[in-house]
Amino acid sequence: MAFKFKGVDFIGFDRLLSDDERLSRDTARQFIEDNLIPIIEECNREGRFPRELVPQMGQLGFFGANLHGYGCAGMSNVEYGLVMQEFERGDSGVRSFVSVQSALVMYPIYTFGSAEQKDEWLPKLATGEKLGCFGLTEPDFGSNPGGMRTRAEKSGDEYILNGEKMWITSGTIADVAVIWAKVKEDGEETGDGLVRGFLVETGRPGFTAFDVHGKWSLRASVTSGLSLQDVRIPAKNLLPGTGGLKSPLMCLNQARYGISWGAIGAAMSCYDTALQYSLLRKQFRDEPIAGHQLVQEKLTWMISEITKAQLLALQVGRLKDEGRVGHEHISMAKRNNVWMALECARLARDILGGNGITDDYPVMRHMMNLESVKTYEGTHDIHTLIIGQSLTGIPAY
Amino acid sequence: MKILVCIKQVPQKDAPLKLNDSATWIRDDVSWEVNEPDAYALEEALRQKEKHGGEVIVLTAGPARAQQVLREALAKGATGAIHLEDEKFVHLDSANTARAIAASIEGENFDLIVTGLQSDDYGAAQTGVLLAEILGIPHATIIIGIEKTDTGLHLKRELEAGHYQYIDLPTPAVLTIQSGINKLRYATLIGIKQAKTKPVRKVAWAEVEGRLSKNLQQIERLYIPHKQKQTRLIDGPPAEAAKKLVEYLRNDARVI
Repeated sequence: MAFKFKGVDFIGFDRLLSDDERLSRDTARQFIEDNLIPIIEECNREGRFPRELVPQMGQLGFFGANLHGYGCAGMSNVEYGLVMQEFERGDSGVRSFVSVQSALVMYPIYTFGSAEQKDEWLPKLATGEKLGCFGLTEPDFGSNPGGMRTRAEKSGDEYILNGEKMWITSGTIADVAVIWAKVKEDGEETGDGLVRGFLVETGRPGFTAFDVHGKWSLRASVTSGLSLQDVRIPAKNLLPGTGGLKSPLMCLNQARYGISWGAIGAAMSCYDTALQYSLLRKQFRDEPIAGHQLVQEKLTWMISEITKAQLLALQVGRLKDEGRVGHEHISMAKRNNVWMALECARLARDILGGNGITDDYPVMRHMMNLESVKTYEGTHDIHTLIIGQSLTGIPAY
Repeated sequence: MKILVCIKQVPQKDAPLKLNDSATWIRDDVSWEVNEPDAYALEEALRQKEKHGGEVIVLTAGPARAQQVLREALAKGATGAIHLEDEKFVHLDSANTARAIAASIEGENFDLIVTGLQSDDYGAAQTGVLLAEILGIPHATIIIGIEKTDTGLHLKRELEAGHYQYIDLPTPAVLTIQSGINKLRYATLIGIKQAKTKPVRKVAWAEVEGRLSKNLQQIERLYIPHKQKQTRLIDGPPAEAAKKLVEYLRNDARVI
């Protein structure tokens, strides 16, 4: 019943893109159209992650696409962003899975890992042979990760990890978890210790993962809790380049950047559905509701916000490619674009009327997904404060 | 095998088309894509290369924007490309397009030349056939299966009404490929990156101009069909009316 996606480009945005950028986007769009769209409503209904797509995603180079070497595609950040847009046009949950694998697992290994860790993990993560998850958030520490209770303790040539992690995408299907824990240096008696990252193979004794049930959002991806009870890992599993909360926040910046593009995809799906629906649905005088002023106002709002979001994401992407992006820029793109996408989903739902609440159309699914996207990777409000701090120099958390 | 694939950039299938000012063709500001049957020709060529080795060169004729289709083909695995780059190539008729292609590949000695059986825009289905004629080599159309043999090629052609024809051709030969004969691959992201490093030979208008003749086919005028609605009431008893209706649908409307 849903309509075939026709693409969204109001101001000739595509002309701002290079051939490679368009081609990357089109490859992802075709892949999603052929492979995800036909099954996504069923996955969402059943709460099933479409794992069968993972090998092909790996083969096409979607994992760690903006990393270089180790079998990764070496895409620019704009190309990577456009791929994220197409994935989330399909589904935020599936895009989240790719984001986690790429930005929160492969990126920290790539950035903070030893040569041995990179050689061991990156090629297998790039093909999708191995999957990863990222454990930062805890049941009691979301927006304030610095308060984490998870601890790592050095014991000979091992670390012993204890703690609980929550809201972990891919937790129960991961082969390796990037776990963030506080660790005291040798001889350090007082203080809290420094936040550092550890690679924890999920088969180690004391490591358990359980799925979060009853989700009304991101139902096509796996969300888990992790429990670490005296999990012993070799000291070489420490990500040597990590040191302080800045390290996981660098990972989150990668993921937030991808989200800022992804949200545009979800918004495009909602807008395109609403537009096509409004042209077909007839009401009063047997005329399409697209001819109603209030419907046109909604469509106009959506296309205006989508267009502004595209330009914002593109400029942040260009800055990132030049190495000149600030975390506050990424915060603005994430905050604005997810907000506008959620508003688009709600407006689209209005236009679809009663039909908007069923999964004959993708709108309600996107809306429910975006409630999570608005919250994770820095809530909307936290990003407000990040931007506020960058403007005033005063932290207001 | 050294295979040449001729591909064309055409307006995207569901792109809204507008006529140009002189109403002789469409306006250029649409989205473009690879002509569908050509995409299948490329896929078939890549599969032959994977089976038997060799190289796959893609060729297109058109302005700078047409480079997109070459990049896509290179990203999918073609080994090199030839771009006859000029806006003027867009307005050649099939015979002149074939002449231009023939001139641009002199001395390349391809074992096989494949192309889609027709283009989604003009739809003449002539370029491949005429190219074979100009090159003086055999051709076969509407190909749905290619097998390399010791002496050349064993081919399956699609005829009408569900009939097939099996034929053998020596190489070199030109084949025009039917849509849907294989499953198209995606360009991989790594392939897209590698495409940049592959050779693209540009051929200018001036290099082939001398080999062209006057276009024998010319578009005088394009127009959007006028929408009209006519109602005809058929009178009489139902059996007679039905008879008349069938007659009308068969002979006048020609829809049954």
